Amino acid sequence: MKRAAIAAWAAVLAACLPALGQTPSAASILEQVDRNAVPGTKIIESEMIVHGRRDSRTIRAKSWVEGADKAFTEYLYPPREQGVKMLKLGDQLWTYSPSTDRTISISGSMLRQSVMGSDLSYEDMMEDQKLSETYDARTGGEAAVLDRPCWILDLTAKAEGAAYAARKLWVDKERFLILREERFAKSGKLLKTLEVRSVMRAGGRWVPEHAVFKDVLKEGQGTEFVIKTIEFDAVIPAHLFDKAGLRK
Amino acid sequence: MIRFLLKGVLRDRGRSLFPVMTVAVGVFLTVALFCYMKGIEVGMTRYTANQQTGHLKVMTRAYARDADLFPNDAALIDVDALMASLGREVPGFGWVARIRFGGLLDVPDANGETRAQSPVGGIAADLLTPGSGELVRLDLARGLKRGTLPSRPSEILISEDFSRSLGIGPGDKVTLISSSMQGAMTLTNFVVSGTVRFGFQALDRMGAVADLSGIRAALDMQGAAGEVLGFFQGGVFDRKGAGAAAKAFNSARADRQGDFEPTMLTLADQSGLGWYLDYMDKAGAILIAIFLVPMSLVLWNAGLLGSLRRYGEFGVRLAIGENKGHVYRTLLGESMIIGVLGTLIGTALGLAVSYRLQSKGINLESLFRNAAIMIPPRIHSRVTPFGYVIGFIPGLLATFIGTAIAGRGIYKRQTASLFKELES
Repeated sequence: MKRAAIAAWAAVLAACLPALGQTPSAASILEQVDRNAVPGTKIIESEMIVHGRRDSRTIRAKSWVEGADKAFTEYLYPPREQGVKMLKLGDQLWTYSPSTDRTISISGSMLRQSVMGSDLSYEDMMEDQKLSETYDARTGGEAAVLDRPCWILDLTAKAEGAAYAARKLWVDKERFLILREERFAKSGKLLKTLEVRSVMRAGGRWVPEHAVFKDVLKEGQGTEFVIKTIEFDAVIPAHLFDKAGLRK
Repeated sequence: MIRFLLKGVLRDRGRSLFPVMTVAVGVFLTVALFCYMKGIEVGMTRYTANQQTGHLKVMTRAYARDADLFPNDAALIDVDALMASLGREVPGFGWVARIRFGGLLDVPDANGETRAQSPVGGIAADLLTPGSGELVRLDLARGLKRGTLPSRPSEILISEDFSRSLGIGPGDKVTLISSSMQGAMTLTNFVVSGTVRFGFQALDRMGAVADLSGIRAALDMQGAAGEVLGFFQGGVFDRKGAGAAAKAFNSARADRQGDFEPTMLTLADQSGLGWYLDYMDKAGAILIAIFLVPMSLVLWNAGLLGSLRRYGEFGVRLAIGENKGHVYRTLLGESMIIGVLGTLIGTALGLAVSYRLQSKGINLESLFRNAAIMIPPRIHSRVTPFGYVIGFIPGLLATFIGTAIAGRGIYKRQTASLFKELES
């Protein structure tokens, strides 16, 4: 009886610790981040501003996303890219170019190529596994980003084959949004950085509205991603996630 | 005296035939090999310049830093204006724009799905403008195996081996997957106009050539080019002249900041070719050294044999009062005459063979089919003024050294015992 009472008190105490200002475990923070980042369906109109070595280019696209596995993107601007489509189904990625009327599977070394000249690679785009499944996390302190209190998480890949061997995340304590990120190679070399400039509230969720993604090994000022509109839990026609539909 | 010695040499075959033949063979090999090595140097320089480096190459500074990677995102822009200004600023050269491109060549099946795919690396040159000279420089007609050369911007010429590995031929449609000047992935359809054998391993494995306008459209590089190549109007690389032109061009821009300012390199500044040219410049000295040592040894030996044969003659000459130094000097004089005769014969033969090889060449295509270096398939000799005189150095030196060593025996003869030796 006495033992049961002690166990019950311990459980209540553990449940109350976060509310009392105690730091939750790194794993639980990462799970919250995953839950926040992978909703059901969404339709996004976005703008990508690529700051290259010489000049900057703006690319507009509309994406239909279902979970982490399915995504269809159609490029709207500039004219040269207009009509280019991309379809991601699980670990497969295809691109359709209207000028050639060809659907090409992007795989192997092509995955390391840049998406539309941006700092984002197809490999980055293909990343669909939850962070908590791919990385072991430990807390690395606290800091403020965008005047928001954040936990710093140090992630280490659980197994070989992850795109990045290690990551460092700055996670908003309240909204569980990643506000800053650094991605590292196995050697410890910094490869890419992400910096959220502003966030917005849409469909009852907080999402990064404006972020800068930078390939550190590449010259230029990085690539800005701006979400123009975002609609959650939208109904997405099934044909959009059909490879044959790319040519339509 | 010289006439007397000459008569002696000519009339006594035992004294001259073997040394003259030795010198002639050595000189023949020296001259012929020197001219052939010069031919290799000129041929490789021309081939490398035409295919890859030009005699001068203009790139942006950023492109030049990673030139081996062909970073087209750092390409020159407004190239027509640049070429016009180069024509004024650096006269005496012809200028052409080129783009080196890479990516994947994708072959569709009947449904447009990928049937085969392979990495590709290629050269885009102005193949369609009459008088551009690029077809001749790239020597495409010689290596054409099937089909025709590109006659439209949408056509591409690929290597014969590459076409076989992809299972395609003239008339087939392929998609070039590459990167635009902005770094974006590009897909462009081309029609294979023909197949070619480049004679260079890297290009034969995965090489392609297309017209500049077609690749510009494919890579979104309108008005741009990765490289502008300059060729001496005479077609022959002049290292000093090219160096002076590059120095003047770069000095005029030294105070300009920016990664996209043009910079000029000579053929010798690229891909370690300077070291190669320096090495080839020493070819004459190396050949002379190679032939001088064995020829001297052979002629020393011939001199010793001659001394044995003429042991009595030297004894008589010393006995009747001829000075040992005089006998030694006449022996050296004879050797010089033999050296001159052998050198003249050897040089004449060497030049005759070299002139023949200069016009006909030797086809080494099968030997260098898989070569990793850029070497022309047919190598011609190159007769230069130095080729006429190079044989005299080993020809005269070897006979002189050989005789000088062998003739030392004269000084070992004892005058007191000469009559005793002669009596016996």
